[in-house]
Amino acid sequence: MTTTATPSAKHKINDSNLKRRYAAEFRFKLYGILAISVGLIFLALLLWSVISKGYTAFQQTEIKLDIEFSKSVIDPDDLAAEDPDVLLTANYPILAKDALAKYLGIDKKDKINLKMVNSMLSAGTRTQLRNMVVEDPSIIGTTQTVWVLASGNVDSVVKGQFSLEIDESRRPVKDQQVSWIQRMQKEGVLKKRFNTGIFIFGASSRPETAGIAAAMVGSLYMMLIVLVLALPIGVAASIYLEEFATKNRFTDLIEVNINNLAAVPSIVFGLLGLWAFINVAGLPRSASLVGGLVLTLMTLPTIIIATRSALKAVPPSIRTAALGLGASKMQMVFHHVLPLAAPGIMTGTIIGLAQALGETAPLLLIGMVAFVADVPTTPLDPATALPVQIFMWANEAERAFVERTSGAILILLGFLLIMNITAVILRKRFERRW
Amino acid sequence: MNISSLLLVLLALAVIGYAWGRKKSSATVQGHLSKLHSRLGYYGSYVALATFLPAVIVLMLWASVAPTIINNKLSGALPEELKQNTSDAERSLILNSIYSIATGLDLINEDEKNLINQDVANLQPILQQHGVVLASPGQTYMVDLATELNHWEKNTRNVQTVVVILIALAGLIASIATLKPSLRARNRVELVMLGALLLASMIAILTTVGIVLSMISETIHFFGMVPLHEFFFGTVWDPRFAAADNPDAVGQYGLIPLLAGTLYIALVAMLFAVPVGLYSAIYMAEYATPKVRSTVKPLLEVLAGIPTIVYGFFAMVTVGPFFRDLSSSLNNLATGEVMPFIQAQSVLTAGIVMGIMLIPFVSSLSDDIITAVPRSLRDGSLGLGATRSETMRKVILPAALPGVVGALLLTASRAIGETMIVVLAAGVAARLSLNPFEPMTTVTVKIVNQLTGDNEFTSPQTLVAFALGITLFTVTLALNVYALYIVRKYREQYD
Repeated sequence: MTTTATPSAKHKINDSNLKRRYAAEFRFKLYGILAISVGLIFLALLLWSVISKGYTAFQQTEIKLDIEFSKSVIDPDDLAAEDPDVLLTANYPILAKDALAKYLGIDKKDKINLKMVNSMLSAGTRTQLRNMVVEDPSIIGTTQTVWVLASGNVDSVVKGQFSLEIDESRRPVKDQQVSWIQRMQKEGVLKKRFNTGIFIFGASSRPETAGIAAAMVGSLYMMLIVLVLALPIGVAASIYLEEFATKNRFTDLIEVNINNLAAVPSIVFGLLGLWAFINVAGLPRSASLVGGLVLTLMTLPTIIIATRSALKAVPPSIRTAALGLGASKMQMVFHHVLPLAAPGIMTGTIIGLAQALGETAPLLLIGMVAFVADVPTTPLDPATALPVQIFMWANEAERAFVERTSGAILILLGFLLIMNITAVILRKRFERRW
Repeated sequence: MNISSLLLVLLALAVIGYAWGRKKSSATVQGHLSKLHSRLGYYGSYVALATFLPAVIVLMLWASVAPTIINNKLSGALPEELKQNTSDAERSLILNSIYSIATGLDLINEDEKNLINQDVANLQPILQQHGVVLASPGQTYMVDLATELNHWEKNTRNVQTVVVILIALAGLIASIATLKPSLRARNRVELVMLGALLLASMIAILTTVGIVLSMISETIHFFGMVPLHEFFFGTVWDPRFAAADNPDAVGQYGLIPLLAGTLYIALVAMLFAVPVGLYSAIYMAEYATPKVRSTVKPLLEVLAGIPTIVYGFFAMVTVGPFFRDLSSSLNNLATGEVMPFIQAQSVLTAGIVMGIMLIPFVSSLSDDIITAVPRSLRDGSLGLGATRSETMRKVILPAALPGVVGALLLTASRAIGETMIVVLAAGVAARLSLNPFEPMTTVTVKIVNQLTGDNEFTSPQTLVAFALGITLFTVTLALNVYALYIVRKYREQYD
């Protein structure tokens, strides 16, 4: 009978079919694993690329010098008592240069070597020595042991960022200087020390004296403004929409609007800020106040969406119980629902703040790309922000600036990490099952 | 009194009103609080609000209207021949210097004032010493007007202080007078609170209105200088120089190359991000153990939390040079030449790096949608003997398709609006090209380019940024609205 013959044939076909299907199943699973690996590999690559380039930014080459604060250089005509400006304008770099030349045993008439000595010191020594003298004028005439900054090129040599195999005429550090560096390193006079400068200096055209202080203060002001404005407004808006608004065309419009605002490209907010705050309201360009306002508008939708879901998560029984005991609707919201929703609102706010902290594009448009060397003291002073500082450094050609950029990125990522971990901990700690 | 100290005074009055209101309503019932309609605090808040709110509203209106009135009065007071013989721009310059002189006159002392009265030439150096920089030497009439301006401003400030404080006091007295046990203080206070809540939610609408207004007003200026069709259909982007055959033009503003670059880079990014993100989501939803899922998902989401400037830097110093060196060695193997055929700044670099950024968006959104497909569909398919991949491909994905498409549209709108990655990795050359190894530029890059540096809002070179902005806004808005519509419609199917 045909029916007895076909099962085995059919079975065979099914068998190969099954193999094919299992192979397809295996492939499908493999694609999934592959896709996840690609994502994770890129994450690792990104972090590795930034960390490997950036960790050196936290160390800076410095030179230990016995500097003679000779009166004949700082205050030759003995005028400092009447005119303190003399101390500000004195020729400090020459002190450091002489000290280094003396240490290396170079004759004062050897112009070529002196020039090379000079180029090994950072221009920041001027400010460093000046501040020492202005703070304590009694050191004039004495000899002090000071760690001064080496120039960016020396720093790059010490950190091994230069290939010394290139022809001498084509690199900024000459063989003579390299031998000095090696000698000083051996004697412990020149070494890498922890770089406090990156945290306390403002913008500078020289990598060794460039820091993120101005950017950090600017970012801090902006975060404060965002927190003070976006949190109350966002929470109030969500309370209205979630608890009070009757469902009608108007509230629907507000809702669709908020969802859309969350997806509007950030640069469009920059255009809005430029027009509304600078052009129409006449606020100063580059000020952290304007940046804060723009970021507030950007962060609002995030906070509103998070707050609404936090409010939604509070069960109706709480509301009915409050109302049943005679609370008004307003009292129910502010005395019962809002405190219970607070952890959720806080996590949402922190995440919104973290987004705002990393935002760059809108700040470029309101002029925060200014070169700001002084730390701003009020939100109306010219300021810059961490991500904008990163953007500006990224466009600098010097090798040492790549290191600074990566270092600044590490600091920014550090802040974001702290904020996100706080959000996660808050969520875990206050997570509540109803 | 200036506005901030006036505000402080108002706040102090409000605090006094709060305390007074509490005390008085407690006194009227001789401490039998249950006789009051509301709790004590509400009576206090009622008085405080009645003191503070009307006064602040008047203050705000005053502060926004007064400068305009003064400005009009000032331009009316300009000498007659100036009014007739100058252009608007010149007049506004003159007004500006009068304002600066007025600020300066407030800072200087009597002796210096006398010096200026003797000779106007002294004006510029003296003001300079006090940090007020004048663009041109002052004229006598300017000093006179500035003195008068200071006078007016002082007068309005004084009147403003008196009026506002009077209103606050009136509110305080009137509300105290109306306090009685049956006053429904809580309801009134809550009404004000409700108003404040409503106001807060209006800000979202105001923001959108602001965006649209800002774009439209500047874009209209722009189209006054550059014809519409040249912008939308032009194929040459060259805002600086007039074209040879059209010397009157202020440059060429063709949108097409920018739009092409934007879409091309977004396409490359999506080609990379969609398969990776989608397969990750499928694996995590279907195959991964809870442990793997709970470690891998947050790790992938880290990618979404990294600021885009970091991606831009990564593209610029790592990915771009890597592609360039790779292509150079490949070329060396094939032809023996070391010329790289991929440039460091290219569509490919920007696209791939943007793709990495987009992976978590695709995967999170699709993950939500895939897990939202009801169990019964999956169990039915598995029960009929289908393998998991067959279930996924033939049952779950088709069911989830509208949602996934919505997610992809949202992601695409993000790719189109992304700025920092393309600013650093895509280049600034606006051209039409099909070669992904060459640099192209995008709408967002050009907005940044046109607006960084000094900007005067009178030239098409800066105004074009707003025209580009409104184009970007419209495109992304359309994508978002459509995506939200699809996602919403889909969600309703299984609710």
